[in-house]
Amino acid sequence: MNRIDECFAGLRAAGKKGFVAYIAAGDPDLPTTREIVLTLARCGADVIELGVPFSDPQADGIVNQMAAERALKAGTTLPKVLAFIKELRQETQVPLVLFTYLNPVYTYGFEAFHRDAAAAGADGVLILDLPPDEAPLNDELTAGDGLKRIRLIAPTTPESRIKLITEQAEGFIYYVSREGVTGAQSSLATGISDQLQKIQAATSTPIAVGFGISTPIQASTVARMADGVVVGSAIVKLIEQHGTQSDLSDRLTAFVKPLVDAVKAV
Amino acid sequence: MPDAHGHFGPYGGMFVPETLMAALQELTAEYEKAKNDPAFRAELDQLLTDYVGRPTPLYFAKRWTEQLGGAKIYLKREDLLHTGAHKINNAMGQILLAQRLGKTRIIAETGAGQHGVATATVAARAGLKCVIYMGQVDMERQMLNVARMRFLGAEVVPVTAGQATLKEAVNEAMRDWVTNVRDTHYILGTAYGAHPYPMMVRDFHRVIGLEARRQILEREERLPDLLIACVGGGSNAIGLFHAFLDDKEVGMVGVEAGGEGIIPERHAARFQGGRLGVLQGAKTWLLANEDGQIQLTHSVSAGLDYAAVGPEHAYLHDQGRAEYTYATDDEALNAFQSLSKIEGIIPALESSHALAHAMKVAPQMDKDKIIIVNVSGRGDKDVAQAARFVWGETLKF
Repeated sequence: MNRIDECFAGLRAAGKKGFVAYIAAGDPDLPTTREIVLTLARCGADVIELGVPFSDPQADGIVNQMAAERALKAGTTLPKVLAFIKELRQETQVPLVLFTYLNPVYTYGFEAFHRDAAAAGADGVLILDLPPDEAPLNDELTAGDGLKRIRLIAPTTPESRIKLITEQAEGFIYYVSREGVTGAQSSLATGISDQLQKIQAATSTPIAVGFGISTPIQASTVARMADGVVVGSAIVKLIEQHGTQSDLSDRLTAFVKPLVDAVKAV
Repeated sequence: MPDAHGHFGPYGGMFVPETLMAALQELTAEYEKAKNDPAFRAELDQLLTDYVGRPTPLYFAKRWTEQLGGAKIYLKREDLLHTGAHKINNAMGQILLAQRLGKTRIIAETGAGQHGVATATVAARAGLKCVIYMGQVDMERQMLNVARMRFLGAEVVPVTAGQATLKEAVNEAMRDWVTNVRDTHYILGTAYGAHPYPMMVRDFHRVIGLEARRQILEREERLPDLLIACVGGGSNAIGLFHAFLDDKEVGMVGVEAGGEGIIPERHAARFQGGRLGVLQGAKTWLLANEDGQIQLTHSVSAGLDYAAVGPEHAYLHDQGRAEYTYATDDEALNAFQSLSKIEGIIPALESSHALAHAMKVAPQMDKDKIIIVNVSGRGDKDVAQAARFVWGETLKF
């Protein structure tokens, strides 16, 4: 069984909610990313999303964009991230989702990427600029099994598209909780629960909610409505500030543990 | 072309985050309705005549033809349009659409500033709030247009990410649109991006070729042998080419920015050293490295300084229906000076790439052959840049 499916099945059986963490692979470098992943797993993160850097991350806000720039400057490439995952699998079995844009994957070879990433030990992939409409229309965008294809649903997604997306969704659905790019916000978007109810009516696939969540109170509020909570930019911001310092793990733990606890207390 | 999903053969499509899909689908549906609405067409035509200044002349460049000593050269004078470039054909069409959609805020990206000026102009006329994203580097080399946009009431937002030119401005405009999609329309300025933009922008510029075709038939009683236009995203080129696609005897050449020569990161000629990929909504030919990271580009002209080419051009290239070549910075600057001195027309540096190609091929063609070059914009905005390159002088205004 795929680690993602196993993870959410386990959470559901225990009546618990999941904590999903996003970080940019290679920021500030891959050895530090290893330390970060292991720390996040120790904190109780259920799934970790690894951003594969792209030069033009249109759907990301400034925090993730700068992280991608740092990762690229450090020489991070898709093949290096795959090799990194392979090594990481010696140390942790936390479910890993690759979070990226189409062009690096396309250049690597779409089918080869899915095969190699699965072989390396990745469990899922979320390609931000590949909507479910396009894959069937482009012969070269077909891939075998192995990686769960995580799909996005937005506040603006109409019900007809919710149906299309949920039919294709695997692993979990990533619900973008507000209109805009990635990034922490002081207040959460309103209207999350209405759209979540529509998605829940259409599918039994687990739903994780992300974009703009940065405090335990926000995490707890969202966890009540969904199967999982994604925190990304707030963690990336912390790595931006302390990524090269020796106390990074302690700082990460101090920030992430309360978020995980808030989600697990629901 | 394209099909219902915006595919031109294997190119084009809608490669965008889910956040934008609903807006693009709404735009596609509304555009289809508008296209078939005689009232929309009539309003646009009236404005193109009374406000934009269509039709533009097709001018026989007699002295330039004589100097080059070969084919007869006609210039399609898009530089004579209000705001000084072809860009306003599309901006005017899209703002009428935005009003139909009930949007109250307009955003756009701009490279050379011509599309920004055109958008700020139509937004001022429509009384809509307008924000223009422009790379910091482009703002410095196109100061005149920045000032024009501000006088027109637009907010010009400098973009400092990456190499701070057109590609980064598109990223920022897209981010704004993702965030404000409910009340904002994004007037994308070239035949690029996700469907319906490449089709819609082409359709709004198609008038260039329709007029040129009628004008040359009136003047010469036959079709031209060759069309030449510069290609950044490719809007002026597709606007000129499209009406001639079924005229098999008419050749067409798109001229990309050769920059300092075909050296990685020193040019913007996607059909030279480019590869297939996906950027900013479309699958097409683009300049990327072996890891799929988009490469730096360079051109003396901000409007051609872009890493990807419009998907319909990629299709026409594959079909062999149009040819694509490039002109270097030096060749474009030479054509800029030549047309200015001999015909009294200062062309935009973008258009100068098309003119540079005409200077190469006209002398090799018989005198009874006919070339139409699209002078897509006027060069006032470029005099400071040209002075720096040609005379090594920094002009102070």
